[in-house]
Amino acid sequence: MTATATLADTFAEKAKLVSAVVSTVKSLEEAFDYTVDLCAKKEACKLLISGCGEPLSPPAEGLCETKQEKVVAAPALPAAQFKAFKKRCDESGFKLLQKGMRDNLGGIDIGFTVADWGIADTGTLVIDSSSEELRLATMISEIHVAVLPISKIVADTAAQMKQQVALMRKTPNYTAFVTGASRTADIERVLALGVHGPLELHILLLED
Amino acid sequence: MQTAQNLTQYRDELKGALSNEFLRKAMDNFAVAYRGSRVRAFTGIDVETLVSQIATAKDASISRLDQLFAEFKEKAEKAGVHVHLARTAQEANEIIGRIAENADCKKIVKSKSMTAEETLLNHHLEAKGMEVTETDLGEWIIQLRHEGPTHMVMPAIHLSRFQVADLFTGVTGHEQDAEIERLVKVARRELRQKYVDADMGISGANFCVAETGSLGIITNEGNARLVTTLPRVHVAIAGLDKLTPTLEDALRVIKVLPRNATGQAITSYVTWITGPSECQASPDGKKEMHVVFLDNGRSALAKDPIFSQVLRCVRCGACANVCPVYRLVGGHQMGHIYIGAIGLILTYFFHGREAAKNLVQNCINCGACKHVCAAGIDLPRLIKDVHARILDEDGHPTQSTLLGKVLKNRTLFHTLLRTARLAQRPFKTQGGFLRHLPLIFDKSQNFRALPAIASKAFRDRWPEIRPRVDKPTMKIALFSGCVQDFVYPEQLEAAVRVIAGQNVQVEFPMGQTCCGLPAQMMGETEASREVARLNMTAIDAADYDYIVTSCASCASHLKHAYPRLAGEEGQVKAQQFADKVIDFSSFVHDVLGVGEEAFTGTGKKTAYHSPCHLCRGLGVIDQPRELLRDAGVEYVPTEEEDVCCGFGGTFSMKFPELSAETLERKLKIVEESGAQELVTDCPGCVMQLRGGAERRGMRLNVRHIAESLAERLK
Repeated sequence: MTATATLADTFAEKAKLVSAVVSTVKSLEEAFDYTVDLCAKKEACKLLISGCGEPLSPPAEGLCETKQEKVVAAPALPAAQFKAFKKRCDESGFKLLQKGMRDNLGGIDIGFTVADWGIADTGTLVIDSSSEELRLATMISEIHVAVLPISKIVADTAAQMKQQVALMRKTPNYTAFVTGASRTADIERVLALGVHGPLELHILLLED
Repeated sequence: MQTAQNLTQYRDELKGALSNEFLRKAMDNFAVAYRGSRVRAFTGIDVETLVSQIATAKDASISRLDQLFAEFKEKAEKAGVHVHLARTAQEANEIIGRIAENADCKKIVKSKSMTAEETLLNHHLEAKGMEVTETDLGEWIIQLRHEGPTHMVMPAIHLSRFQVADLFTGVTGHEQDAEIERLVKVARRELRQKYVDADMGISGANFCVAETGSLGIITNEGNARLVTTLPRVHVAIAGLDKLTPTLEDALRVIKVLPRNATGQAITSYVTWITGPSECQASPDGKKEMHVVFLDNGRSALAKDPIFSQVLRCVRCGACANVCPVYRLVGGHQMGHIYIGAIGLILTYFFHGREAAKNLVQNCINCGACKHVCAAGIDLPRLIKDVHARILDEDGHPTQSTLLGKVLKNRTLFHTLLRTARLAQRPFKTQGGFLRHLPLIFDKSQNFRALPAIASKAFRDRWPEIRPRVDKPTMKIALFSGCVQDFVYPEQLEAAVRVIAGQNVQVEFPMGQTCCGLPAQMMGETEASREVARLNMTAIDAADYDYIVTSCASCASHLKHAYPRLAGEEGQVKAQQFADKVIDFSSFVHDVLGVGEEAFTGTGKKTAYHSPCHLCRGLGVIDQPRELLRDAGVEYVPTEEEDVCCGFGGTFSMKFPELSAETLERKLKIVEESGAQELVTDCPGCVMQLRGGAERRGMRLNVRHIAESLAERLK
């Protein structure tokens, strides 16, 4: 087994430990298909899982009502890829957004990103989130789908540190280490996923 | 928040916490679960090395906070951040209030910041008519209840789902089910609206990285990401101690912090923010970003040779997680704002003597906190030092001054003990306990039977039992400690039998006295120093190969505290003395190499209690257990062997209710194991455990390991 393959295995193992769903894809197109399928399978009453079915105060209730259709966002995709993805979404009747996250703060179904690095020993994604649209897509989505090129997986944070410092020197910068879905154990120490951010994190390891 | 006026009031509040069943159960479950998850999280990691690297790196930063601040400021300002330095908590609040006013901000969302708790920032902003919403779920819950956190990482750990459901019913105007999953979702929706409305976000920072002028923020919920993204103004508040030279230093801390806090390899989110990023909510498309550094005594602390290490704290909360006292009473009784062992110390420096004076006495000195501290802070010692300082400032209570005076005069001390023996004679039971509590004790002490003073002290028996060895291979000095000398001389006699059979010349220098730990525990530093001097004079270390003691507490105190107490002048002698100090089990097992061949016969089913000052104080883990096995004893391992028995010397006198509860749990575990005998390495633990077993009517023989071994010698 090659060193990269071992790192990918470790990454997958660690990410799964924190409830991430990890799959392998051969191409970006396959990742689009995965995302569209996921969106299709997602509950019809879109925001139910994120709390819109609960008895809420009027302002919070109002925010829930802003979302009426299934929405996917992929803010950082290059034009050609975005176009291909949009075609797939259109076919399935989902809206694909490139920008305008602030108009969708009630929530979107899926945020789609390509991660910059993967840290194997903790199953962590490193995502340069300096773009506000990209950042918000990974925060307000109920499911975050992140594509991680296998060649970008390193053993630990030390192995990526130089690049990270370089990133932080190019200001402004906002980098996120993302490990699993948003979680809390603040009520009776019972683990609950999706308190503010995504309820699910899907990682697609891209064979490159 | 702990605000009792005096110790009596504090004790009453502690009793109140003890009778809170939900709290007790929640804390207990947490304490047990935490132990396991921490061990799992650190599997395969050399924690000791990591912790010592963190300590070294932190110390280096602490020594040059000014430089780091300047470097951070330069880098951050270059990136467009406004950097402020607040001398006091009030100043920090005013700066932040002004930022909000200048930018015309009315609605504020906040992610968790202990520093903002320290300055009581919310009160300040609310008084200005601003609406402040905490977005960390636990923080939001306690904000709705108008109370402070009870844990630095899990602020609402003291509350039940039912209490949360009631709160949320109030917030939403709809009846809420007490179902955790749904309550979390309700919070998600309610708070989402708050982010949308907010014009200012306030966050804390776990790291302020000087080399790049970046903030590092650790969260699980992801709320800090929304707080720092959606509103048009971002203000971060951070103590100066959060300045970190490099990303490398920060990443090292991240290896330990989440593992130590919650047993996670890493939190869900680690966010690195360098400069104001784009912000579509701002008129100019760019965020307004401020970093407010809080001094509030940190610069002065940084220069203190003893206390500067408290600035190493990374706020993981582990010192509370393992504290047997926290486990009983929770964070509202175990901190003013900062919780747990570190809280006892920080309260004195950040919130003053009045807030700290009762709290700081509530340490059982078991060392569990020091053992897990992510930054290797010597917490128990610093807690004692704070206590001593408060006494020096506030005046020493008569009792403690008296104890100090008596201990300083060995002849007087020993005469008093002998007099007490005569006085108690009519009250002594056959089992060696006192039939009634002497009048000086409060009836709350009745949870354990107290032992009677022995009819003949060890020192008086010594001339008769002193072993004669023809050609000794080494010469040792025995250090008895008060308890074995005057209460349990038979333990020391047993120890002598085990040792002398190995061709060792044993001496008992008569000038020795109490080790001084009780004085230290009472905050009587002067007495403790004087007693140390007396002992080091009585036992000239150069004259012996080892100084052996079968009291774990004495051993740990002699070894660690003496060099510190000696001061510069006596440093060398004290270190030589300390280097020769060894506990009984290690001496017999490691030095004398006593093994199976020395013993005969089979033993009873025996449980072992690992004294705090042995397993953590001296790092002695395997030796006593191996000796038991070698001696043919049927050793049954039990849960929580290394958790304190609740004695803590003078602690059990001051906080008998806490001592009793800790003891109860311990004995229950031993009872469930079916052991007939319980052995340990410390006469203090024997006193507590045996007295408790007697009161519970257990048929459990509690004794010192030396007795168990001596009985089986060939």
